[in-house]
Amino acid sequence: MLADKDRIFTNIYGLKDTSLKGAKANGVWDGVDKILKKGRDGIIDEMKTSNLRGRGGAGFPTGMKWSFMPKEESERPHYLVINADEGEPGTCKDREILRNEAHRLIEGALIASFAMGAHVAYIYVRGEFLREAQALQLAIDEAYEAGLIGKNACKSGWDFDCYVHLGAGAYICGEESALIESLEGKKGQPRMKPPFPANCGLYGCPTTVNNVESIAVVGEILRRGGAWFAGLGRENNCGTKLFCISGHVNNPCTVEEEMGIPLKELLEKHCGGVTGGWDNLLAVIPGGSSVPVMTKSTCDNVLMDFDSLKEVRSGLGTAAVIVMDKSTDIVRAITRLSSFYMHESCGQCTPCREGTGWMSRMMHRIYEGTASVDEIDLLEEVTRQVEGHTICALGDAAAWPIQGLIRSFRPEMEAKILAQAGKSSATPTEHDDAA
Amino acid sequence: MSTENANAAGDFAFTKESAQLAKAEIAKYPKGREASAVMPILMIAQRQNDGWLPQDAMEQVADMVGLAPIRVYEVASFYTMYNLQPVGKNHVQVCTNIACMLKGSDEVVKVCKKRLGIKFGETSTDGNFTLSEVECLGACVNAPMMQINDDFYEDLDGKTTEAVLGALAKGETPAPGPQSGRKGCEPADGLTTLGKSKPKTTSKKGKG
Repeated sequence: MLADKDRIFTNIYGLKDTSLKGAKANGVWDGVDKILKKGRDGIIDEMKTSNLRGRGGAGFPTGMKWSFMPKEESERPHYLVINADEGEPGTCKDREILRNEAHRLIEGALIASFAMGAHVAYIYVRGEFLREAQALQLAIDEAYEAGLIGKNACKSGWDFDCYVHLGAGAYICGEESALIESLEGKKGQPRMKPPFPANCGLYGCPTTVNNVESIAVVGEILRRGGAWFAGLGRENNCGTKLFCISGHVNNPCTVEEEMGIPLKELLEKHCGGVTGGWDNLLAVIPGGSSVPVMTKSTCDNVLMDFDSLKEVRSGLGTAAVIVMDKSTDIVRAITRLSSFYMHESCGQCTPCREGTGWMSRMMHRIYEGTASVDEIDLLEEVTRQVEGHTICALGDAAAWPIQGLIRSFRPEMEAKILAQAGKSSATPTEHDDAA
Repeated sequence: MSTENANAAGDFAFTKESAQLAKAEIAKYPKGREASAVMPILMIAQRQNDGWLPQDAMEQVADMVGLAPIRVYEVASFYTMYNLQPVGKNHVQVCTNIACMLKGSDEVVKVCKKRLGIKFGETSTDGNFTLSEVECLGACVNAPMMQINDDFYEDLDGKTTEAVLGALAKGETPAPGPQSGRKGCEPADGLTTLGKSKPKTTSKKGKG
């Protein structure tokens, strides 16, 4: 288990003072002037050394992402945009940073902006997080007043402004180019890539979009050194991570742990175990609703990091661990997710706009038992036609949970259909072969 | 007051206070990029107008940020938090997504429907409550939860849902946050990190 001394988010539960004074007592803002003296390249090199991979879901190396920004500023200003549009079902870690550790986020925003030549950062907070945005704004006001940001931030000679932008309820705005569109005052519909935001992002200017957690850990990594962070976890899956564990555990909670912690240890050490005990476990979705579900046999030994979860055909995603015990109707659970993706499809790409509707309707028919067994194969085929055929990953995200369900829980799906067929046995012919 | 009348009347006007808030939003963005402020200003208008956006409010916002009205209608209809019809004084939004579903949002929904006497998408006849089903609101370790106006009510069950709605019906404002007694997202049985208190029941429950 990770030692408290290696934890970054020491006030994640908000049990201590969350104001600037309290944050400073926790070491936040300490030595930021010295960090900035390392210069742009020095900071980016240290971030590369830390092997931090983006905490928003995709896991792209943060230091490398920063290095894609143009070295010299042209007439087009550079922007840092921080993605606080947390909406992946199961995920609630950024909320805690916004309301309890806001100063870590603002500190990281200054350092990251400096390293990328940006004088302005926008923090895009989902609209429903009004209270969290208010807490963040309070922290920003404190930082301005203390001269930590604003003109000559931390006496570095660098001018830095930080603004909160509230969204208004659209999951798709968590996708970076949709977020940029939204920030420009439009519908949040993803852009084609290339060009990538580092060349042509907000207002057509060089832009980097980072997740809240990725930015909030920057200050501590640079204070302690990239090697410290890289020394935690496993190779290529380094550092600490906020896990939010929801569903059927005795104590659902958010906790910072070392990357690569065994799933079983995570649930038993921090969450009081699965309700009814480990053997009562049915399945776990380990990284937010978009990643495929894992059966218990996989859960027994799997490690919680990017590469381990990829090996078992799931993913770390946002590290939102959704636990389901044997009382769960898994078909209903995934059906609910398919309705979610239908609701959240932005409507731009036909395979996703139409496909999420198809998938949701078929899932509902299977759940209600009014489908035929061979429709499961048809459903699988529909998911393959959506996956990889859209501008952004929402199509994939809608397809994968269903593929995971079919792969791991096909008998449960068939049972729904057969049970219904049994009830209306007047017309059994359609199901003869399966029965 | 019907929607049509309110739209046709064209009686929406930004108050001095709202106009000032709108100006502060515009100031966050570079010159020539006023359109970026369209979302926050729509929200300012909605707040001023008892929680919903009539068409002439959208048109005035369009003027303010230099967009064609159609662009503002597009934005207002794309994002779910803009209400294009009147809503009740208390907008009860129940999350039924996976984490809440696993932890008993069915019961929360049942109590809401029964207590308020309305279905999803409806407003009570006294105009006091609107009930909506919403997607994940990002408080999953505190599931099940609902948002009422600006606040989250978390760690709900049937009883606490009833209590929250009862207080609102009496015109009170129940304390937001987890209704289970814990402060936030920490483990309910005691901290496992960052402090002294050890989990009391981990091993017993875990192996149970």
